[in-house]
Amino acid sequence: MAEPRKTALYDSHVALGARMVDFNGWWLPVQYAGILEEHRSVRERAGLFDVSHMGEIRVVGKDAEAYMQKLVTNDVASLQPGKVRYSPMCYPHGGTVDDILIYCIANDEFWLVVNASNKDKDFAWMNQNVADFAVQLIDESDSTAEVALQGPLSAAILEKASAADVSGLAYYEFWPRWNIAGATVLLSRTGYTGEDGFEIYCHPSEVTQIWDALLAAGAEFGLQPAGLGCRDTLRFEAAMPLYGHELSAEITPLEAGLGKFVVFEKNDFNGKQALLEQREAGQGRKLIGFAMTERGVARAGYPLLHEGKVVGFVTSGSVAPSLGENLGMALVDRNIGSVGTEIAVEIREKPVAAKIIARPFYRRRI
Amino acid sequence: MLIPNNLKYSKEHEWVRVEGNNAVVGISDYAQSQLGDIVFVELPELGATVTAGKRFSVVESVKAVSDIFSPVSGKIVAVNDGLNDAPEKINQAPYGEGWIAVIEMSDSSQLAELMDDTAYADQVAKGGH
Repeated sequence: MAEPRKTALYDSHVALGARMVDFNGWWLPVQYAGILEEHRSVRERAGLFDVSHMGEIRVVGKDAEAYMQKLVTNDVASLQPGKVRYSPMCYPHGGTVDDILIYCIANDEFWLVVNASNKDKDFAWMNQNVADFAVQLIDESDSTAEVALQGPLSAAILEKASAADVSGLAYYEFWPRWNIAGATVLLSRTGYTGEDGFEIYCHPSEVTQIWDALLAAGAEFGLQPAGLGCRDTLRFEAAMPLYGHELSAEITPLEAGLGKFVVFEKNDFNGKQALLEQREAGQGRKLIGFAMTERGVARAGYPLLHEGKVVGFVTSGSVAPSLGENLGMALVDRNIGSVGTEIAVEIREKPVAAKIIARPFYRRRI
Repeated sequence: MLIPNNLKYSKEHEWVRVEGNNAVVGISDYAQSQLGDIVFVELPELGATVTAGKRFSVVESVKAVSDIFSPVSGKIVAVNDGLNDAPEKINQAPYGEGWIAVIEMSDSSQLAELMDDTAYADQVAKGGH
């Protein structure tokens, strides 16, 4: 195995006392003060994350919109410049290549933010799909750093750090050129925590000054640096999918409960036929949320039982720190029933009782 | 990192406090700090027979599931039920309120296989292994 790569903020994390781990080939902080404390900080105040490992790919050219329509399941034609849209990206068989954010810069230019662990695979897949489309694909991951400021006090902290008003930026909108700490960045009101928040994309050479300015401005608000550990528990409570868990090449977006991001009304797109067939035939599995009703923590990969038979597997499971319960998501046989159904999770060879509950587990107060 | 000198330690980071023929067992300060926030403990059953080097408990942090190995063989004569509702006691007081179980030893000569505080400190200094 090659030595993991360092983000531009590596030294900052070490100086802050972070525990660094190899995360898909990157040295990243799993925690600073502790996962539970950082989780609470994001829910109640704000947290600052280094997510520079994420991949960024620019799609530019006169056929950019038509190309994107073919590539992803959500509708891109109705996406206006300055807006962001979430979408799965599928193989023709309906399995998922990745789930991505699409930034519409102009009708002939889109900017995609993709999962770090999938970036090379995505870029190769996207190149295979260029065919006759007049587009150019540019992998900008190495020249792009990203920090995420998340939590209910994010806007106040960002305004103090930038001396600018950000109230005009709505959820899932972005400003392509915005100034903070002497740098020009792309600012979007997006995130992966279930809270209000912002993601700031910049050149790696400027990310440290932005990180430092945000931590300094945020001190009086109780802002804390936050690691990947709480990023996962936060997204889990909000029931946001994580590629490799709720989505994979073997799991379709319909199975993962992401049907609202699959727009069958548009023209042909990768996976359309397979997904239509899956929908029409009522085939496939479904994603459920569940709560443990006996003592135990469900973990990804554990078998899920209904009436004594294995009907699926846990995709993510954890204590839900904001709810004080042990919860999980699982991909199961679609016929086992819905909310309230009694199930069990096999933990160390023993069935432990659970019941199906609604997702998301956590919803922020607006 | 606290490593009290009145305890014995296993390679897998359990500690043992000998009280007559009983061994009080928990996990070390180093182990709890490596695991992070502990959210669940599966205690052994009272009266169960345990074997040195075999799993007898499970401690789960937010991110990780860790087997806890019995440092000696014997019979479980007490378990720390308080951990069911407050597993974080292992983080807060690994050598005190965070104890896991008491084993009535069947072969106290096994204690000679465990490390003293100096040897254990050396292991921790080398990265824990």
